[in-house]
This record gives sequence, structure tokens and C-alpha cells, in this order.
Amino acid sequence: MGKSRVGVIRFPGTNCDRDVFEAVEQSGAEAVWLWHGDQFDFKGFAALILPGGFSYGDYLRSGALAARAVAMQSVREAASHGTPILGICNGFQILCESGLLPGALSRNHGLRFIDAWVDLKKAGGKTTFGAALKVGDGIRIPIAHADGRYIIAEENLKGLRDNNQVWLEYVDNPNGSIANIAGVTNAAGNVAGLMPHPERAYHEWMGGSDGRKLLEIWK
Amino acid sequence: MAKEFTFGVTVMPRKEVLDTQGRAVEETLKREGEPVVSARVGRYVELKVTGTTVKEAEATAQKISSGLLANTLIETFELKLL
Repeated sequence: MGKSRVGVIRFPGTNCDRDVFEAVEQSGAEAVWLWHGDQFDFKGFAALILPGGFSYGDYLRSGALAARAVAMQSVREAASHGTPILGICNGFQILCESGLLPGALSRNHGLRFIDAWVDLKKAGGKTTFGAALKVGDGIRIPIAHADGRYIIAEENLKGLRDNNQVWLEYVDNPNGSIANIAGVTNAAGNVAGLMPHPERAYHEWMGGSDGRKLLEIWK
Repeated sequence: MAKEFTFGVTVMPRKEVLDTQGRAVEETLKREGEPVVSARVGRYVELKVTGTTVKEAEATAQKISSGLLANTLIETFELKLL
């Protein structure tokens, strides 16, 4: 049997693409570059990842323009067919702006760009990313963002919880996110997004390897 | 025949969403001793669209504003025909 193929989508301004590509390859899967300007056949992929960065220079709002990219039509199709899809940082923002994930990401409460290691705990979610973790388990991986404050209307927050869509929470909220939310999933559970960077915590020499727990799903 | 219509679109953060940029501007001005009560920061877009009637052009501008120019979860917008 061949290796699982995992698509890594590049937008203009994506800058965590190489790290994600390497993490996927080191997990034993075959990483495949996908280009924002092209549609692709999602059926050949075990999973898709939208890496972090500053797509379109964060013009208008982070992720707003990338959410309208041609490749996103294929991402939508994949999402509706149950393909596991992960958005990291700017990828999370893109998935929210495209409506594939609920809520929005806004400027950090303290106004500053924050680059730090943070403690997270799994709050729930049906996603295959980090499925081996139990609710309440902790992981430590870095964040690097200015627009990471997760926002959702109070009345929809309850629905998110009732639906088991709150995936990851910050132990010490760094950015003012509502209910300490660091990551969420869609209602079906196959699309997930988080602000922290699991690909930057893949080896002990990076400062920690907890990121593996979220990324090694395609073995 | 299609004509061109220009709209001014003002996008503002929703009142219940903390306007961090506005807060930064406000705090800076207050620190400088200006008699400022508050400042809010939004975005202004001039949008030229084609349509056979004003109504049609306005519907287009409305669609574009709610679909892309503003994220209505966290922002509101106002259209003005220029």
C-alpha cells in the first residue's frame, strides 16, 4: 500500500508551508503541494492542511481574500465529503472567513503580536487531528499571531459547546479569545482550525514535540 | 444599458466587539492631552459597480459588502451612493 497523501495548500503570503510539508513527510505520509490558483481532485487526499502565514498580506481582514481563492472550491467539496481538513493560524482564519468553520479571528486583546509557547488542553471535538488525546489532556506548542482573538456571538457559543465543536482551549488565555478558545471544528467534525502551530513543535530540539499529537493522523 | 455607480462603503467594528485599533488611537490621543472621549477605527472602501439601474447596482454593492468587505460576525457596514 502506498503512503497516505496529504495536501498542503499555498496561498500568496503563506510562510509556514515548508514546516508543515516537512512535518507531514516525517510523519510517514507523502506531502503534496497544492496551489491557491488551481482546483484539485480532493479524492486523492487523506487530509488537507492550510498552513499559517499572511495570505494576501492580511489585506482587508486576515484570511478574507484567501477564502475566495480558486483552490477553496475544492476545499469546500472536500469538506462536504468528510475529508479531514486542518487550518493552522492563518489557515484557521481562512477557514473561518470561508464559512467552513464558525466564528472569526480578530486583533489580540493586548494589540501586540504574540510569539510564545502556550499550554493548551483538549476540550472536545470529533476531529481526527489529535483524536488520540483525551478531553482534558494538555499539550504545549507555540503561538505566533496578532489576530488570534477568537470571537463568536454569545448565543452561538452555547451551540458550539452543545455540538462538541470546541476543540482546544488555552490554559492561560494570551489574546482575549472568548471562552479561552484556541481551536474549533465544524459541526461534522472533519474540519478543524487552531491558532497555535503544531508543526513548530515536532522535535524536542524545537523546544517540544507535542505538535506530533495533533499532526500524526495519517499513518 | 449598464451604467457605472460609485458607492462609499464604511465598515466599522461592531459595538460589542472590542475595537483594539480604536482603543490604541484613543489612548495615544488621551496621553497627548487631547480632549478625546473615544475613537473608533473602521475602513472605507470606494466601490464602482455597473448596473442598469441604481437599485440593481445597490443590490450588487450590498452583496459585495456583506460577502467580502465586511465580516458581519464582527463588523457592520453602511452604503452611500456617491
